[in-house]
Amino acid sequence: MTDFLTPDELAAIGLSLKVALRAVVFSLPLAILAAWLLARTRFPGKALFDALVHVPLVMPPVVVGYVLLVLFGARGPLGGLLQDWFGIRLVFTAAGASLATAVMSFPLIVRAIRLSLEAADPGLEDAARTLGAGPLDRLFTITLPLAFPGILSGAVVAFAAGLGEFGAVITFVSNIPGETQTLPLAIYTATQIPGGEATAAKLAAISFTLALAGLFLSELLARRLRGWIGR
Amino acid sequence: MLQIAIRRRLGRFSLDVAIEAPAPGVTALFGRSGSGKTSIIQAVAGLLRPESGRIAVGGTVLFDSALAIDLAPEKRRIGYVFQDARLFPHLSVARNLAYGLNRAPKAERAIGFDQVVDLLGIAALLDRRPRALSGGERQRVALGRALLAQPRLLLMDEPLAALDADRKAEVLPYLEALHERLALPILYVTHAMEEVGRLADTLVVVEAGRVLASGPLAEVLSRADLPSLAGHDEALNVLRTVVGAHLPERGLTRLDFDGGTLLLPRLDRPPGTALRVRIAARDIILATRRPEAISLRNILEGRVRDLGQGRGGAVLVGLMLGQTPLIARITQDAAQDLGLVPGMPVLVLVKSVAVDR
Repeated sequence: MTDFLTPDELAAIGLSLKVALRAVVFSLPLAILAAWLLARTRFPGKALFDALVHVPLVMPPVVVGYVLLVLFGARGPLGGLLQDWFGIRLVFTAAGASLATAVMSFPLIVRAIRLSLEAADPGLEDAARTLGAGPLDRLFTITLPLAFPGILSGAVVAFAAGLGEFGAVITFVSNIPGETQTLPLAIYTATQIPGGEATAAKLAAISFTLALAGLFLSELLARRLRGWIGR
Repeated sequence: MLQIAIRRRLGRFSLDVAIEAPAPGVTALFGRSGSGKTSIIQAVAGLLRPESGRIAVGGTVLFDSALAIDLAPEKRRIGYVFQDARLFPHLSVARNLAYGLNRAPKAERAIGFDQVVDLLGIAALLDRRPRALSGGERQRVALGRALLAQPRLLLMDEPLAALDADRKAEVLPYLEALHERLALPILYVTHAMEEVGRLADTLVVVEAGRVLASGPLAEVLSRADLPSLAGHDEALNVLRTVVGAHLPERGLTRLDFDGGTLLLPRLDRPPGTALRVRIAARDIILATRRPEAISLRNILEGRVRDLGQGRGGAVLVGLMLGQTPLIARITQDAAQDLGLVPGMPVLVLVKSVAVDR
């Protein structure tokens, strides 16, 4: 293995996995909340909220990275607060890479969860109400279990997509080997170095395999779980 | 006592009903689809909010627009059996049944898990998932789940409508047993005359969002001025009888009721048993002279109470047999031939085999 991959390349793969995983774990609760708001409630400004959730899907990733840089930069309105209150620095760190990845993959998770919430029969929640279940009780015993296949497959797809996030990450946290150089950034770097073609091809193949495995796993899980929850 | 007085506009349709029914007992809400029956029980469950009115069960006010009371459905403790069962697909039958039970106040758990499983004959289904159940089994489980939530009132929305005749025949005896064994008020929505005849004690006829008639079952069924009810093809009479005696040498059983006796093919019930029987309005024959040499076993003496217009030229004849009201549907021609007028004595002929138990 060590002959096949250099320590820098291994670090890039490890960092990508870590960044994508953290992005999914932190965005999942918010994504469930957003999906639930979109699927089950009505409120003024819902159309705007819907658009905001989905905007990373259509905006150039570089712009997302730039907006994050403005907001969370050392002198940005949010970055300054985080730095002063919690000592958290996002710019040029792996945590910042996770944030950029989370923002980019957020619409993917929300869509998957929202679809499965909309597919779940609201009549079942009515049934639970007549059986004495309050709002939170219903959410945890009926709504979320029924939406679980969607939640899980959304998370896996977001994870796989997060492994490959490039534009937002490089704009927000730059390209520091061992710190913020994820797999796609390492591939980019390799293509910029004379004689780096072999490395680029190798890493690209790994990237492709991981993405494919993620999609495959997501589909498999969704199918298994749908059977398990009896639909 | 069950008290429902509500108004609600639903698009072009408006619901404006006032219903009072004794509790316990089964109150049937009878009417065509779209008449507003389901909206009424949804309002009782709290799933539909009336614009104004009052809903009370026993001493508990669930909704009162004047007092600004509107209990959330989960606080009402009103059982609801949906037409499509609505079992939770991700839970086993046992966990579906326990769902309501676990959420009922401990001090008020009067109906036990084993009792319900036994009453509904679902012991063999407990480990299964809802999708592995037949339609009839699903409805029984849904009924059990609602019962175990320890409701003060049970609502049933056409629980048999989605089932074929065999499945219906499978579930109906359980509903009858429920009626006999649990002192629970039930509000039962249906458009099937047979279910009314077998289950109801009180009948409320709903049409276009209004209550057309309501009262004790036999009384409402026998009204000649309700073509939508007595003019119904399946219109029927319900008689509360007691098994009087068995006549083994003739192969018959005699049923006694206030107003006469009925002879039926031999029944396997001891004398003294209360028995509720049904006679279709179209199966009753009227005569003014006693027929002789006839296969008919039941010739009862009654009198014409009133006459009404049925559908398609039929005449609805309201009858009194002693204190028992009855309705017969005959042709216009026959009514003219016999010269039927209110108050006149008449012979009521009922074939033994036309009496359904």
